[in-house]
Amino acid sequence: MTKKVFKPSPIAPHVASIFAAVIFLAATVLADAACARQNQNPGNPEIQVLPVQGNVYMIAGSGGNITLQAGPQGALLVDTGNVQLSDKIIAAIRKVSDKPIRIIINTSVDPDHVGGNESISKAGMSVIGGVVGYSAQDIQPGAPILAHENAFNRMNGMTGGKPSWPSGAWPTDPYSSSPKKLYSNDEGIEIIHVPAAHTDGDSIVFFRRSDVVSAGDIFVTTGYPVIDIQRGGSIAGIIDGLNRILDLTIAKQEVEGGTYVIPGHGRICDQFDVLEYRDMVTIVRDRIQDMIKKNKTLEEIKAARPTEDYDARYGASTGPWTTAMFVEAVYKSLITEK
Amino acid sequence: MKKTGLLGLLLLQGALANVSGFAQTPEGPPASEFSLSGNWFPLYNEDLPERGGGPELVDYLGLPITNGARQMALSWDPSRMTVEEHQCQVHVSPYINRSPTQLEFWEERDPETQRVIAIKLYVSNYQQTRTIWMDGRPHPSEYAPHTWMGFSTGKWEGAVLTVYTTHIKQGFVRRNGLPESDRATLIEHYIRYGNLMTHVSIVTDPVYLTEPLVKSEDFSLAEYTAISWTYSCEPVEEITGLPKNRVPHFLPGQNPFLKEFAERHGIPMQAVLGGAETMYPEYQLKLEQMLKTPAKK
Repeated sequence: MTKKVFKPSPIAPHVASIFAAVIFLAATVLADAACARQNQNPGNPEIQVLPVQGNVYMIAGSGGNITLQAGPQGALLVDTGNVQLSDKIIAAIRKVSDKPIRIIINTSVDPDHVGGNESISKAGMSVIGGVVGYSAQDIQPGAPILAHENAFNRMNGMTGGKPSWPSGAWPTDPYSSSPKKLYSNDEGIEIIHVPAAHTDGDSIVFFRRSDVVSAGDIFVTTGYPVIDIQRGGSIAGIIDGLNRILDLTIAKQEVEGGTYVIPGHGRICDQFDVLEYRDMVTIVRDRIQDMIKKNKTLEEIKAARPTEDYDARYGASTGPWTTAMFVEAVYKSLITEK
Repeated sequence: MKKTGLLGLLLLQGALANVSGFAQTPEGPPASEFSLSGNWFPLYNEDLPERGGGPELVDYLGLPITNGARQMALSWDPSRMTVEEHQCQVHVSPYINRSPTQLEFWEERDPETQRVIAIKLYVSNYQQTRTIWMDGRPHPSEYAPHTWMGFSTGKWEGAVLTVYTTHIKQGFVRRNGLPESDRATLIEHYIRYGNLMTHVSIVTDPVYLTEPLVKSEDFSLAEYTAISWTYSCEPVEEITGLPKNRVPHFLPGQNPFLKEFAERHGIPMQAVLGGAETMYPEYQLKLEQMLKTPAKK
């Protein structure tokens, strides 16, 4: 029997040397390009202010992302970050606008989104008075804080138990009828309630002329969406919220640009980024739902790893929101819907 | 073989070069003697099935994909592309060079010093314009938006233009559903020799690749330009009556096309599901053994 001799391709001897060079080059270039990276020191976070579009900026590094709309009427904020970073946040605002902080809008009740409410509101100014004109005596310290009434009720303890925040941090102008409409700095603003999503008090904010959406924690780029079941969150609401955001966005060209979206955490995004995230959440929901129909237990569902293809990007095994917690929240949410 | 040796030497030269040269002096790099300006046509002398008509479903051969990437691709239903917001999506910069109709390079220079500020690259398919900043500017904040083409900086290393790209959107590493994450970064070498150019790309994706993916394409300087330079895409309702906000996908274990490519071409399933070992020529020996030993039914 003739022994068949396999001759490796002529390129084989060169592969190792080429790969060594490639890997070395890639490693050094990647290390060298770290010059623009965010300060990774959690004890001394670097606050960054990034222009988004039109009048709108994003303040990042303060806990949750903060949206700043700046113009001749003053500064409008969506969320206020962590309580201990208020001075830095105000300093960041002053890099863009020296006008008073006029209005604060909260997207939810999370500490990293409302922590600065009291101190930043106190640093602001509000204009009150009747319909027929106003005078300088009607301007007083304190910017009003707008949020959905469910968020207001959770902060002031109306939902049971003690208030979770001091009264100075509570929304001063809760709304119930959605959308709530404002006009600030030459553009219309819609504050839209998204029921039972991250919590039961979520709002997204649409800046119509700047063409920017502040999504709050309904949409993040840093992990799976947090579904706070105890505070009225649900997977159905998250998906509805993401679809609502997609309805508001119009891409400029080839699904890029156009309407920008400021997530609760992470980088500035556009329609396609929200689309991929929506797809991911929907697919995971469908998988878990299918297993529930097949009478799988929660442990069996977790063992099946319904998020395996997304874990390397969004998952976490430790921290305040793990993959297991996300899967469990989706499961409980779906069980409740049945 | 000579070309391979030259390629290896050029890459090694690049690796040993002072890479911190990306952070140039404020005046920018000196005007290079080399230029890529002009129109370039692709030469389809390698990887034609992937670059031309496109890959078949569940053909993951030759890619160093993670199991997560594999699972995502197996759940990907091609009908996803009928979703309105997906219809006009663009191939990301690490993938778009696989089959452009034409590339056009030109330089933007400081009018006073004539130093090259940026090299612009227009890719005819998907009508994408890349800017390769040559002035040493840093890459943007991690909070900055990502785009299809990403943010690129470049430098000449001898006759090789080396480009580093970050801030790339999520896309395909192969357009049969195999993903590339938005954490991927790209290093490219544009190597010109006369009227020919070799483009080598190294994609590093910490999410979906177990090791860097190296690909190459050749281009020829064109004596004429292509007729079609634009890409007009308008999303439409391709299939009426479907529910809004649907996300076509296959549930785990229910991909109806799972074995189609393998059976059509007589390739073992273990091979078509890809992985780093399928990239290397040594895998041919393993493949030979697999073909000798029929899979148990």
